[in-house]
Amino acid sequence: MGMPLTGMTLKNLFRKPATKMYPLQAPQYSSRSKGHVTNIIEDCILCGICEKRCPTHAITVDKAAESWTIDNFNCIQCLSCVRACPKKCLVMEPEYTKAATSKSTQTVTKPALSEAEQAAKAAREQEKQERIAAALAKKAAKQVAEADTANE
Amino acid sequence: MSQRTIIPFGPQHPVLPEPMHLDLVIEDERVVEAIPQVGFIHRGLEKLVTKKDYTQFVLVTERICGICSFGHSLGYSETVEALMGIEVPPRAEFLRVIWHELSRIHSHILWMGLLADGFGYENLFMQCWRLREQVLDILEATTGGRVILTACNVGGVEQDIENGELNGICQTLDGLRGEYNQLLKTFLKDKSVRHRLVGVGYLSEADARAAGTVGPFARASNIPEDIRSLGFGAYAALSGFEPITSKDGDGYARCEVRALEVLQSIDIIKELAEKIPDGAINQKVKGAPEDGSYAVSRLEQPRGECFYFAKGNGTKFLERFRIRTPTSQNIPGMVQTLQGCDLADVPLNVLTIDPCISCTER
Repeated sequence: MGMPLTGMTLKNLFRKPATKMYPLQAPQYSSRSKGHVTNIIEDCILCGICEKRCPTHAITVDKAAESWTIDNFNCIQCLSCVRACPKKCLVMEPEYTKAATSKSTQTVTKPALSEAEQAAKAAREQEKQERIAAALAKKAAKQVAEADTANE
Repeated sequence: MSQRTIIPFGPQHPVLPEPMHLDLVIEDERVVEAIPQVGFIHRGLEKLVTKKDYTQFVLVTERICGICSFGHSLGYSETVEALMGIEVPPRAEFLRVIWHELSRIHSHILWMGLLADGFGYENLFMQCWRLREQVLDILEATTGGRVILTACNVGGVEQDIENGELNGICQTLDGLRGEYNQLLKTFLKDKSVRHRLVGVGYLSEADARAAGTVGPFARASNIPEDIRSLGFGAYAALSGFEPITSKDGDGYARCEVRALEVLQSIDIIKELAEKIPDGAINQKVKGAPEDGSYAVSRLEQPRGECFYFAKGNGTKFLERFRIRTPTSQNIPGMVQTLQGCDLADVPLNVLTIDPCISCTER
């Protein structure tokens, strides 16, 4: 038996290299590749479910500052947060995060609202407070009525 | 009588990607006794089960090992499903087996490359790893991960593979088979490869049974044991499954068994891709395992039979989870093959059992 690998070896002389010249040549990712998680902050409701589901505690949600922070060096691309997100605003992007010389986190903050939007938000908030107050009043009235019937 | 000397082998050694230590007691050039020692990369993952709930723990089992990754998540999921009495949709079972067999293909081709590297055939090593890349590309295109797939969960699978995509995978595998057959010819017929493997590390059938070896290591010693032939999951749908065995019991036989299993896995994937039923891929899981309930399951990993045990305590956290991995079963057999061999054959002997130390130490 001669040398069975000769054919394949000769073919290699005339074939393009199997490896790619990264980073000179841009890598090609499949659409499902798990690179890094990003948040479309406009749709985010800061519910914090992603923070609870994250197995490596890489996500922090700050409701007061309206910000969402991810530590990409702790993230293991398990998709737990993407699958749990109720607003589907977390997306797994195919590109890997760039190499870095020091660990860092990435924070996205809710954009500042324009005056009209602020007014609309304040109106919504006020309407909500009124609704709550009305419901509380109704509940109290009901309790009073119940107490009255019990006394009678 | 010549003087006895002890030579340390490992924990760092070119043939070992992972740390394992052997104390080799030698007389002249002959090994009299080998004393193995593991425990360099113990991570306590089995204890972690009390800290992560049973749906999250799939992510941990996937990271037990970089090569049997999907197999461990599959074995864990099957055990918890048995514990909670969950029925998995048939399409999910088929997809699981397809991914598991793809993992077997890439694991075996990786090992064949390492073996070629072990006996100094660098060209063969590179060709093997070049072919393996095609399988990893399939895995990345279907799940998004090359090695850690995150595709399996308790109750089914996370992603579907469309039927058209499955046909594409079958075509890729056909192309792979053509190139692989050339490598197979080299591994099985080439004079230099045969010279290096035939008769090295012989283990008789009786010894292999007594040492409790599993997987391709046992099948190379003519023990026709393969958990896949019991027909768990989608393996029941196969028209016929016969474990590949060899009677020789040496390094060459182990290489032959693994090399032919790659072709067998390609056949399995193609058959399942034809038979795959339509339907749901996931069963919603609610509740927690009952207090005092326990379940066991067995799975044929690329390296052999893997045994899983889980115990519930009524909460979302399991009470106990135990994995008995194929390499821990194979180490006694390996030590037996080392007794009486040449010092120069030790690296090859260690390599032919396909040791996976990460699995062994968890």
